[in-house]
Amino acid sequence: MLTIKKYVKAASLDEAYELNQKRTNRVIGGMLWLKMSSGTVQTAIDLSGLGLDTIEETDEEFSIGAMVPLRDLELHAGLNAYTHGAMRESLRHIVGVQFRNLATVGGSLYGRFGFSDVLTCFLGLDAVVELHHGGMVPIKEFAAQKPDRDILVRIHVKKTPLRCAYLSQRNTKTDFPVLACMVSEWDGTLRVSIGARPQKASLIELPKDLMPENASLEEIASYVQEHTVTGSNMRASAAYRSRLAYVLTKRACQQIGGMDK
Amino acid sequence: MQYVNQPVMKKDAMALVTGQPVFMDDVAPADCLIVKLLRSPHANAIIEDIKIDAAMRVPGIEAIYTWKDVPQQRFTLAGQTFPEPSPYDRLILDRHVRFVGDPVAIIAGSTEKAVDRAMKIIKVKYQVLEPVLDFHTAKDNAILVHPEENWKALCPVGADNKRNLCATDFSEEGDLDQVLSECDIVVEGTYHTKANQQAMMETFRTCCYLDTYGRLNILSSTQIIFHVRRIVSNALGIPKSKIRVSKPRIGGGFGAKQSAVCEIYPAFVTWMTKKPSKIIYTREESQIASSPRHEMEVKVRIGAMNSGKIRAIDVYTLSNTGAYGEHGPTTVGLSGHKSISLYRNLEAYRFAYDVVYTNEMSAGAYRGYGATQGLFAVETTVNKLAARLNIDPVKLREQNMVQEGDTMPSYYHETATSCALDRCLARAKEMIGWDEKFPCRDMGNGKVRSVGVAMSMQGSGISGVDVGSATIKLNDDGIYTLMIGAADMGTGCDTTLAQVAAECLDCCLDDITVFSADTDLSPYDSGSYASSTAYITGGAVVKACGKLREKITQKGAEMLGCDASDAEFSGKEVFCNSTGASVSLTDIATRSMVGNHEALQVTEANSSPTSPPPFMVGMVEVEIDKETGALDIIDYVGVVDCGTPLNPNLARVQTEGGIAQGIGMALSEDIQYTQKGQLMNNSLMQYKIPSRLDVGRIRVELESSYESSGPFGAKSIGEVVINTPSPALAHAVANATGLWIDELPITAEKIAMGLLAHED
Amino acid sequence: MMIKLNLNGKSVSADVAEDSLLIDFLREHGCYSVKRGCETSNCGLCTVFLDGKPVLSCSLLTVRADGKTVHTLEGLQKEAEEFGAFIARQGAEQCGFCNPGMIMNAIAMFRENPDPTDEEILEYLAGNLCRCSGYEGQLRGIRAFLDYKKSKGETAICNM
Repeated sequence: MLTIKKYVKAASLDEAYELNQKRTNRVIGGMLWLKMSSGTVQTAIDLSGLGLDTIEETDEEFSIGAMVPLRDLELHAGLNAYTHGAMRESLRHIVGVQFRNLATVGGSLYGRFGFSDVLTCFLGLDAVVELHHGGMVPIKEFAAQKPDRDILVRIHVKKTPLRCAYLSQRNTKTDFPVLACMVSEWDGTLRVSIGARPQKASLIELPKDLMPENASLEEIASYVQEHTVTGSNMRASAAYRSRLAYVLTKRACQQIGGMDK
Repeated sequence: MQYVNQPVMKKDAMALVTGQPVFMDDVAPADCLIVKLLRSPHANAIIEDIKIDAAMRVPGIEAIYTWKDVPQQRFTLAGQTFPEPSPYDRLILDRHVRFVGDPVAIIAGSTEKAVDRAMKIIKVKYQVLEPVLDFHTAKDNAILVHPEENWKALCPVGADNKRNLCATDFSEEGDLDQVLSECDIVVEGTYHTKANQQAMMETFRTCCYLDTYGRLNILSSTQIIFHVRRIVSNALGIPKSKIRVSKPRIGGGFGAKQSAVCEIYPAFVTWMTKKPSKIIYTREESQIASSPRHEMEVKVRIGAMNSGKIRAIDVYTLSNTGAYGEHGPTTVGLSGHKSISLYRNLEAYRFAYDVVYTNEMSAGAYRGYGATQGLFAVETTVNKLAARLNIDPVKLREQNMVQEGDTMPSYYHETATSCALDRCLARAKEMIGWDEKFPCRDMGNGKVRSVGVAMSMQGSGISGVDVGSATIKLNDDGIYTLMIGAADMGTGCDTTLAQVAAECLDCCLDDITVFSADTDLSPYDSGSYASSTAYITGGAVVKACGKLREKITQKGAEMLGCDASDAEFSGKEVFCNSTGASVSLTDIATRSMVGNHEALQVTEANSSPTSPPPFMVGMVEVEIDKETGALDIIDYVGVVDCGTPLNPNLARVQTEGGIAQGIGMALSEDIQYTQKGQLMNNSLMQYKIPSRLDVGRIRVELESSYESSGPFGAKSIGEVVINTPSPALAHAVANATGLWIDELPITAEKIAMGLLAHED
Repeated sequence: MMIKLNLNGKSVSADVAEDSLLIDFLREHGCYSVKRGCETSNCGLCTVFLDGKPVLSCSLLTVRADGKTVHTLEGLQKEAEEFGAFIARQGAEQCGFCNPGMIMNAIAMFRENPDPTDEEILEYLAGNLCRCSGYEGQLRGIRAFLDYKKSKGETAICNM
């Protein structure tokens, strides 16, 4: 059982950041994962009083507060229109509505969980993570960093025109993915984010000659399969995941307009 | 009929849907000590030393017990009629721990926090031993799971702890080898099913307290109050007269609560401290240290002629009972008796088995009780036979399946006195559109749709063993109390048995109050398991109500001054046939409380020399994505012969629920161990029972036969319904892909990688 | 620490431990309908409303309910009875242990989407596990309830 000695609803990001410098203190997101640990937290730092639970949409970007529940992302008309439904598709399988009403986007991304649909999806978007101390960090860089003592404040998704599609395979409909795949294309580059390998999602930027318009689905999928490291765990073997990387990439490319050989 | 075979609402339904406090932890005394168990991290170890001093000093800690503190006579937790076939191989706490999760210490304290803290600082020194983790190598292994001298088996089940054997047996009729050698074709297969968890939503839980008389009162979420009384008496070494066991509403059982998984711990704490206590298993404990299905490997050989005539069936089952033997010797029998017996006029059959101990979680009773595993194996082999012979598997069954009036040699030579299996098959075929859909259709988008079929049978109680009793009494105003010892675990038996009583007594259902179950008050009942309650206890209700009618008639005749043989009871009044005079039931009831010598109360017991099988046919249509292996259930059709359904609504929901649970077993519920014997599927996050998105559409119909030995023609329904999904789904997968997947669960990975290997 | 919340229409002040989970707080305050079925946020049995939204009370620190409104089935007895009767008429309540959480989430669904398709019902309630019913009877009950409401010209459940 998790033990929490002290609870502070931070009055400012500075206060939260200050408290978070202590190793034994923790920022709490939706608490879904943290709750299952059995350690002791000296001070639980709650960001829910800082107005970070809103999604703001401008002409240039979506600015998503760290405390926005996954359910709000899932239902956000603007985000879903922009991502052609990929946002909802990446979230709707996660346990249940009640779970997604609690789980926060900040918690999901900060944890850089291997199984994360959220990270897989955002990696495929033109997104920047706003850290209180570290400032703006591209999502790809953020994903590669080890969790540190900074505070994740917001995620900014630029409205770069894009094509994208999200697909996943699961052993049951509301389980973690066996493999998740986000294919997106902007600025003439095809990007494929593969999650639940079972290691954390990785982003592959394909060579310019491998675009749905000039390469076959099979060529693209093979490239992604070759460049994706998969592993085995209780949900599936590395070989099956590798196979899925091929199949899901192929299908997602097809969804965004690719063609068969 | 007024009430029997009517879809009446359960008596407790509104309390349940409005969330009333009716479960154990809703009604437990507020001041209970919290009881938790420190569990072994090793699969096989001897406790060399335990230091509890520091833990005892944690504020709020009341008591900590180790192996040194508990009685040393062995017992079993299996809820079975004495003498139990399950070996006496347990202690409350043992110095020798035999699986990861075996209890090492009992900790009781005033708060959960204190108990958790104390648990963390108990220091245990283990001598770690090599475990037996592969059930194929357990028999006659040099490592013994139960080397102890005071291990004992009460029944001759072939158990031998010096060989890691919990049971072994062999039975046959006819010359199997000869008949097989004469067959045109012999199809063989080896099948592997896992130790699936019942995963009832309410985990194991019990609270205990002493009453006015210093007796140990045990309020537990259990299917077996009377067996719990004996088990606790055996474990604690105290007389049964000192123990009372009762049950509140139960949040699901499925056989899990046919073992006394958690009762002995708070019982011991309360007995020692004289203070109320309770234990509530976490989901993790319920997953890793409970009473799941026996893992089995079933080898099948079926011999047949090219015409499709099945002539011989050979079944060998290797069953893994885990660290302890609960239900080990009995579950295995069903893997043969309830699978082979589906096929008629066999010239020979053989059924042999070994049940072995390993250093894995102990198994127990789970809906289907061995039949589920055996039917997966035999039904799949029959489907393979049909494929090899190129005969429609439905036609093959029509040709060979058991018919009403048949003697079933492999089912204790019982006669199928009621059997609508043929009608079940015909109806299921019609419902799913078998002839149009078998074997498969390519959908043209990388997906293929296919169908699969399987049959199933079970029993109705344990013949010659199970006892059900009912007490029915007349109260003021002509209302009745029905007292039973059977356990409604959501199945609705409180209501269905009241329906039977109301039917027998010609009264309103609301006039029957049901009381269950309490060892001090209820008449004896073996408990609700082995699909016994409707058939066995239902029969007791019929008997008791019949006798009470006689008594009421007698009393009324007395009041009317007429001869009892001239009087009749209508349900509302007793009237004299010759004079036409009558006296109301209310007046009779009132009179029974004034100057009365004859109690208007009857207790009757019931048992049956036979266990009439219910039958079922399951057919499934699936869609398989050939690239990812993903399988979606489009349609699942179940048609059941449970004799007369006492309550068609509840019979239907039982069937739907059983099918869903069977789908989980077939497709997603896996049990995986680390190399050190730790169970990885230790939560509902890692053990994937189906959500409502995973079961597809389930359609159920009842195709009734009439079982003359059952109450109003009823047989059982609870267990037979879980058996068809595994073989039917394996069949559908084979029809779509050509792959026979003989190990459960049938995952998308197995399908996709199997197809990929096929391509190469 | 001291918190104040509105529980089923009543103001409640309490001194709670920092790591107290809402489910335990609610049960200590007599809301026994709130059940625990797992420790991993998977089963949905503990579903309650926090400011009108269905959440898992097993995963929420009680202190986070400070200043908020919490509803359990104890506070929605009228709705529970009306809708629950349709589940009961199917016999789909079975053991009943998962019912309060499922009924809470169904009420939440009716408020968000008073006229759901079968697919929408299955998706919305996917986080409510049930081991007894096979889910079909629950779906029949929900459909019958929605049909009944429609026939009376009412929307499913709108009051709060």
